[in-house]
Amino acid sequence: MIMAQTLSWFLTGSGVQEGHGAEQQGHGGREHEELGADFIMHHITDHKLLDLQILGMDISITKHVLLMWIVSALMILMFGILFRKPKMVPSGLANFFEFIIEYLDQEVMKPFLGDQSRKYAPYLLTAFFFVLFCNLLGLVPGSATATGDISVTAALALLTFVMVIMAGIKYHGLVGYFKGLIPPGLPVFILPIMIPVEILGLFTKHFALAIRLFANMVAGHVVVFAFLMIIFTFKNWAIAGTTLLFLLFVSLLEVLIGLIQAYIFTILSAVFIGMSIHQDH
Amino acid sequence: MGDLGLAYLAAGLGAGISVIGGALGVSKCASAALEGIARQPEATGDIRGAMIITAAMIEGAALLGLVICFLLAVKA
Repeated sequence: MIMAQTLSWFLTGSGVQEGHGAEQQGHGGREHEELGADFIMHHITDHKLLDLQILGMDISITKHVLLMWIVSALMILMFGILFRKPKMVPSGLANFFEFIIEYLDQEVMKPFLGDQSRKYAPYLLTAFFFVLFCNLLGLVPGSATATGDISVTAALALLTFVMVIMAGIKYHGLVGYFKGLIPPGLPVFILPIMIPVEILGLFTKHFALAIRLFANMVAGHVVVFAFLMIIFTFKNWAIAGTTLLFLLFVSLLEVLIGLIQAYIFTILSAVFIGMSIHQDH
Repeated sequence: MGDLGLAYLAAGLGAGISVIGGALGVSKCASAALEGIARQPEATGDIRGAMIITAAMIEGAALLGLVICFLLAVKA
């Protein structure tokens, strides 16, 4: 249905957001460019599929929520079926996933978490595959990128934040953890500067984690749709062909970026958790 | 040029400048990593991991600027 709407909007130049078009009547020539910006915004913003309000809170089912449910169901089903009877030497898809998990275990968790890596592996691997599947499913035409929504990435970063604080309190105690944030042996007159900086650093690290994933996903999609809009701006066959080649390249780059961002989210989560466990360095 | 035009100009210039900063940072990081790998091929794995983390950090800073520019262009 959304595809059909988009298509009709493309063909007639109206339809989805008529109210906005009416406002732009006075500008004349700018209307076309406005349409392009609207088209891009339409694709990277969320849309309500089912309006739902409970106690004044907006918990509507949106496209991104639906996508996250699909990803969760896919993960539960896939890993549930593939690893129900773990074999010594797996084959097919199970082999592929075991390769990824082993790589993450060797390269990400062991170096940063050491002997505690097994305890945090479930969270880190779930985060990795969730982000990866969200990124890759967002490339399917007609779907939406759940990780291209600041609320989703903020929730993921908040989970990492909670894990970091919990790990720190577990290994150093409530007082010991917050005391350990300040490097020991500092002169007293630096402390008024160091304490706010360290407390701010605790929050900015995770804020950057959320913004990084969000911005990467949104930027990729904006570039893809900006290339698409070039075709409709020039209306020229030669330019359309060249643009399609670029579009293909950017789309393939998006697959790579989706993988790298999932990896980076996992490795940074591991680094932050490791830093709060091993505070002495 | 009205306020709206200025806002679009600021968004465009800001996007370009933040990309310049990000590109400079990532290129410096990658050149140092490649040099390190060329000198010590046996340390490739460690260097690659450190490079990816650093590049992601730098990229995050550049993307922060891009997000602000994007908001400026969309909300203007």
